Amino acid sequence: MEEQPAQEQKQQDAAKPGPGGQELFGYVGIEAVLDQIRIKTIKTGIEFNIMVVGQSGLGKSTMVNTLFKSKVSRKPLSYEDRIPKTVQLRSVTHAIEEKGVKMKLTVTDTPGFGDQINNENCWEPIIKYINEQYEHYLREEILINRKRRIPDTRIHGCVYFVPPTGHWLRPLDLEFMRRLSKIVNVVPVIAKADTLTLEERAEFKQRIKKDLKAHGIIVYPQEDFDEDPDDRLLNDKIREKIPFAVVGADKEHQVNGKKVLGRKTKWGIVEVENSAHCEFPMLRDLLIRSHLQDLKDITHNAHYESYRTRRLNESNMVGKSGTEWVPLSPFNGEPESHL
Amino acid sequence: MPPGQNDNCRPLSLSGHVGFDSLPDQLVNKSIHQGFCFNILCIGETGIGKSTLIDSLFNTSFDDRMSTHFQPNVRLKAQTYELQESTVRLKLTIINTVGFGDQINKDDSYQPIVDYIDAQFEAYLQEELKIKRSLYNFHDTRIHVCLYFISPTGHSLKTLDLLTMKILDNKVNIIPIIAKADTISKSELQKFKIKLMSELVSNGVQIYQFPTDDETIAKINATMNGYLPFAVVGGMEEVKIGNKMVKARQYPWGIVQVENENHCDFVKLREMLICTNMEDLREQTHARHYELYRRCKLEEMGFRDTGPENKPVSLQEIYESKRHEFFGELQQKEEEMRQMFVQRVKEKEAILKEAERDLQAKFEHLKRIHQDERMKLEEKRRLLEDEIIAFNKRKAASDLHPGQAFASTPVILIPQFLSIYRGYFTLQLEPNFTQPSV
Repeated sequence: MEEQPAQEQKQQDAAKPGPGGQELFGYVGIEAVLDQIRIKTIKTGIEFNIMVVGQSGLGKSTMVNTLFKSKVSRKPLSYEDRIPKTVQLRSVTHAIEEKGVKMKLTVTDTPGFGDQINNENCWEPIIKYINEQYEHYLREEILINRKRRIPDTRIHGCVYFVPPTGHWLRPLDLEFMRRLSKIVNVVPVIAKADTLTLEERAEFKQRIKKDLKAHGIIVYPQEDFDEDPDDRLLNDKIREKIPFAVVGADKEHQVNGKKVLGRKTKWGIVEVENSAHCEFPMLRDLLIRSHLQDLKDITHNAHYESYRTRRLNESNMVGKSGTEWVPLSPFNGEPESHL
Repeated sequence: MPPGQNDNCRPLSLSGHVGFDSLPDQLVNKSIHQGFCFNILCIGETGIGKSTLIDSLFNTSFDDRMSTHFQPNVRLKAQTYELQESTVRLKLTIINTVGFGDQINKDDSYQPIVDYIDAQFEAYLQEELKIKRSLYNFHDTRIHVCLYFISPTGHSLKTLDLLTMKILDNKVNIIPIIAKADTISKSELQKFKIKLMSELVSNGVQIYQFPTDDETIAKINATMNGYLPFAVVGGMEEVKIGNKMVKARQYPWGIVQVENENHCDFVKLREMLICTNMEDLREQTHARHYELYRRCKLEEMGFRDTGPENKPVSLQEIYESKRHEFFGELQQKEEEMRQMFVQRVKEKEAILKEAERDLQAKFEHLKRIHQDERMKLEEKRRLLEDEIIAFNKRKAASDLHPGQAFASTPVILIPQFLSIYRGYFTLQLEPNFTQPSV
């Protein structure tokens, strides 16, 4: 094989014994398992589902298009599309590929959220939808004859758009984030951040962070899931900057001879990919380049497991109280009373 | 409100670099974090070279003493080691069969092995079915690969081997190996391999085939599939060849180099097992063998996917109904046992009462007898007393008239008469003290 020189070199740094482990006298090739994993991932592809929530006009669709550099979301064309009477959820699935890695991306949009005059319980359809996806997965997992790969429609991350008022978080924002951060990874972002100056931005962020802490809302990346000091260091840096102040744009302009994505105004061009202008690169890195797998893992290991535990406990309790056989407590996706 | 979902997935073209091609790297980093675990089961007769081969494969010396040939039955010995190579941590578990093929009667040789494999699946299934579970840091002990060591007879498979492999082929990935291959010459080896494969095929034994669906490894895997079963030589001693120290076995007629591809298939085995297909072995174990076990086990317990009217029934419902059934049965059994207990007590009571009555009757009877005897004795006493009085009268009369002698009672007879009288008295007394106690 052509790997002879590499192998010889690896033989030089033969293994040191791990704590309480065996010492290897020479190169064995256990490392090659990493390549195997890589090959397997590329072959099977990835599924990623995100949800964007926010009032209409905050730039959600533009943001998603900018994130994935393509026309993922259609913007509402006519007036009837624009503000539905109740919150609706629309999912669009796309297959995208980059350098051999295939991804099945599903973006769930929530038109009508927060747009009514009376916005009470507008989060309920969303919570119901998220729980429905968990239920779906759970039922597939419990089957006797189950599929080799259970199709994963669970929401891995929810991007919540906060309007750039510059003051505090509104009651609607607090309520929504409080309920949702318990069942899904919530990433709050400040939308249309080009209306805030840098100082205003910093102050706004501080106030938001204080608000979140005061109400006990834990957003992604959650501190409890930091696995080791390196992770914690990395995530602490991210936590400092949450919520990201982002600007979305899908038009390209010429700046210094280069074509960049940005918003052109009379007083200048806001470059989306420029970290000095806005924090879009950080958001993109968080969601896609560095923490995509982490988002999926936390959804699967933490949120899904807690849903499953709740659900199975529910059925247990229902069964115990009756004297005859009682069927599985019906799934209604309603948020629990203690939330 | 059902979401409007587009089930047809539209392909989309990207106009710039998004960056999710780093996902395999993210995954790799996570895996490095978590570490890997790999479990190998070695089946083969005692002394066929299992431990030596594992030592050679992983280039280290696992502490293992030679086992005796006198085991009464087959045991499995599992040992876990932690290996680390640069950043990769591997938790390796080696399970050896001790005493396989040593007994005179080999009927039950395979049973402990099957039980062990099933037990590992069961442990995983239990964890998966728990309500509060932690699968991602569960130490997976399911057997990922089984190395089956075939003796280098040069003829064909032994019956024991065939039988064991047939039973295990749908429970674990089997890779057959010809052990101690330095005892077979090249030409014999070819024939032996062909014979072995044809025997396996004709008996329907499904050994593990290296996967050929991914282009990067398809070609090499396909060629390797043709080399099965691998003829290996294991050895950890180093011999100087040229100017290098290599692992080899030194004979008077030559040196067999372990890592020389012309001498044996050891390098191929190591390649295939560790470098190329470790992940696939693990996946096959989970996706095929474990799922099969799970399905069989759950169906055995009575769970079904669809209810009597062909409506999908959830596992939970069936579980609940089974639980109720079980509780009902338990209660019923309790009742039964209680009834039986009560019955037994009654019977015992009856018997005891019976015995009591008998004893009472006996007592009465004995008392009556004694009463009778007493009366008789009273009678005799009275008679005796009358006679004594009569005698005293006559004695008094004779004293008054000393000359007249009584012809009926001579004087010398009086002491005799008195002793008899005393005797009667004591007889009368005794019955009073010897009444039987009831």
